[in-house]
Amino acid sequence: MSTSLNAWSDALSGFSPAGLPLGLLIIAAIPLVFIALYALTYGVYGERKISAFMQDRLGPMEVGKWGILQTLADILKLLQKEDIVNKEADKFLFVIGPGVLFVGAFLAFAVLPFGPAFIGADLNVGLFYAIGIVALEVVGILAAGWGSNNKWALYGAIRSVAQIVSYEIPAAIAILCGAMMAGTLGMQQIILQQQGEYGFLHYFLFQNPIAWLPFLIYFISSLAETNRAPFDIPEAESELVAGYFTEYTGMKFAVIFLAEYGSMFMVSAIISIVFLGGWASPLPNIGALALNDWTSGPLWGAFWIVMKGFFFIFIQMWLRWTLPRLRVDQLMHLCWKVLTPFAFVAFVLTAVWEIYVK
Amino acid sequence: MQELGLAEQGSLRVTPDGENRIVIEKDLSSEEMILNMGPQHPSTHGVLRLECRTDGEVVVEAEPYLGYLHRCFEKHAEMTDYPGIVPYVDRMDYLAAMNSDFAYAIAVEKLLDIEIPRRVEFMRVIVSELNRVASHLVAIGTYAIDLGAFTPFLFCFRDREHIMNLLEWVSGARMLYNYILVGGVSHDFPKGFSERTGEFVDYFRPKAVELQKLLTENEIFVKRTKGIGMMPADVAINYGWSGPMLRGSGVEWDLRRADGYSVYPELDFEIPVPDGRFSDIGDSLSRHLVRAMEMEQSLNIIEQCLDKMPSPEGFDPRAAIPKRIRPRAGEVYGRAENPRGELGFYIVSDGKSTKPLRCKARSSCFVNLSAMKELSQGQLIPDLVAIIGSIDIVLGEIDR
Repeated sequence: MSTSLNAWSDALSGFSPAGLPLGLLIIAAIPLVFIALYALTYGVYGERKISAFMQDRLGPMEVGKWGILQTLADILKLLQKEDIVNKEADKFLFVIGPGVLFVGAFLAFAVLPFGPAFIGADLNVGLFYAIGIVALEVVGILAAGWGSNNKWALYGAIRSVAQIVSYEIPAAIAILCGAMMAGTLGMQQIILQQQGEYGFLHYFLFQNPIAWLPFLIYFISSLAETNRAPFDIPEAESELVAGYFTEYTGMKFAVIFLAEYGSMFMVSAIISIVFLGGWASPLPNIGALALNDWTSGPLWGAFWIVMKGFFFIFIQMWLRWTLPRLRVDQLMHLCWKVLTPFAFVAFVLTAVWEIYVK
Repeated sequence: MQELGLAEQGSLRVTPDGENRIVIEKDLSSEEMILNMGPQHPSTHGVLRLECRTDGEVVVEAEPYLGYLHRCFEKHAEMTDYPGIVPYVDRMDYLAAMNSDFAYAIAVEKLLDIEIPRRVEFMRVIVSELNRVASHLVAIGTYAIDLGAFTPFLFCFRDREHIMNLLEWVSGARMLYNYILVGGVSHDFPKGFSERTGEFVDYFRPKAVELQKLLTENEIFVKRTKGIGMMPADVAINYGWSGPMLRGSGVEWDLRRADGYSVYPELDFEIPVPDGRFSDIGDSLSRHLVRAMEMEQSLNIIEQCLDKMPSPEGFDPRAAIPKRIRPRAGEVYGRAENPRGELGFYIVSDGKSTKPLRCKARSSCFVNLSAMKELSQGQLIPDLVAIIGSIDIVLGEIDR
């Protein structure tokens, strides 16, 4: 299997008509093009449409058929807005805040495999890198909140930092369970171990009777890490006006939003890579019906991981438009007294299973 | 021991003697900060301004500042004749304009000693109960939004829209009706209105259940509201609370029953008070529950009124409306149960003028809000938002 993976990648890299390295360009650029397309259009548009259907509304309908171009119109609008930096702000921090946030959210995409052939950098510590680089967002949020010189923004930033740093612990331990099952931290290696002729039965979620526990813990923690409801207290609009981005306007505001949608997809991709086989096809081979073989390949891989990512994003949106918001102390209680102990339990049980049972 | 038990539940709240404070260890408290909340803040429900002294996220003291929506109602009233005051009354509690008109009409009719046609009484009760449901829908919806749940808000507004349409049909206006006049109502119900109202009641009952399932039975919602903003019954009475706020503290006090004005004594309805099974009596959740249960009772009242209402044969809704209102010299206090509590009008007439000498409105929201300082001490900012939401203020009535 590993050879065929390299074969696809090699074949594509070798594709260079008229001396142009088009193949390499495609390998590196497809994920990025996808991110741009997804984050700019379908993330925001999907959020608005899903919330609308949940609430007996139509959502955006004016710009383009069914409002498909609404997000583009919004971006054009935001581009034209005046870029206000308030007088008392710490200008340096205020300006770099959204940038750091954006970079932190999107650097992790470098190690996300979009199919067997498309991966920015197949690091042997890919998973570790992805968990670590997200922490950079904290710096951006703190810079934005402090630099705004606004009390609401400061509250938002403090809450956000406390929340993200706390939830990284259960998240990382839960992810570690997946890494233990795979025995590696490389993204492609993790997925390759979940690929096989029985389709979804090879996924780590179904390979281990306790895998649902780290899966759930990581999903809940990822909601908190991306500041999504019911853990959206850093930007709780009814309490803190808009949290750490209260003072932002125009494109800076848009960049913060892009970072949010970017990290939403990132955590969704990571959870599907570690527990649901990433780009591996879920369909099994049934006798002569070789569904798994038919639905594997570079483009099918991209299709599957994007679909799995969208599935988790849909659940995130579903939760967001259903649940009220927790309070700060309840959030911390959940993290330190519920999720973290259970993450340790899951960690030990997974280790026992891997060593003695399997 | 009790402190420890509560701290175990993840909440630092302790209730030693009916009070509800966060205990901060001395060496943990930091410098206090003044935090200005409002008048432009998403969850101050209008233009309320709270100046909070905060220690971290804990509110040490919150002082409400009013007057951003002051429109000199009482001065206007002194310069306007009695029927002309009705539109100003509409604009006080703009979410329950029918009920406000009703209270004003009761006060002036008391001064005039006039007999109101029986059908008019039923019509008034139907429209004001419809408006009560609409008002409670807004209260519940905005409360959900205060706590971060967006969808119940739109569910509420979807159903409120039906009431708006009904009331627009009957009065011509969506929010500020000017419908209940002194001595009568401005128009009879249009043809088919009673049937349509009955259809709405049948439509809305399951929707109300759905709303409760989505919001009130939600674990996070209960966690956010239970035990927050505790108000013991005796303190509530001392503050002069009324309406769902007072009933939330367990006092069965409803002017529709206590005063028995209009045709309410003939109607069969319950006064919902929390029984302490689902909520702590006197907390924000109790007040929310009272509103939710009251909607159900209002629907019952509407159904009964539709059944009992006399037929429109030979009926003139303006029959008892005086041509010129010049009441006897004297003073009167008329009151009615508004969705937010007791709305009363104290009117003084000199017996000569067609304008009141004095017209003082006793606003329920204003009185309920007066306990804000007491309720907010030692709460977290998210709880402060939950408390303001549970008081269900309308700044139009507070500032007048």
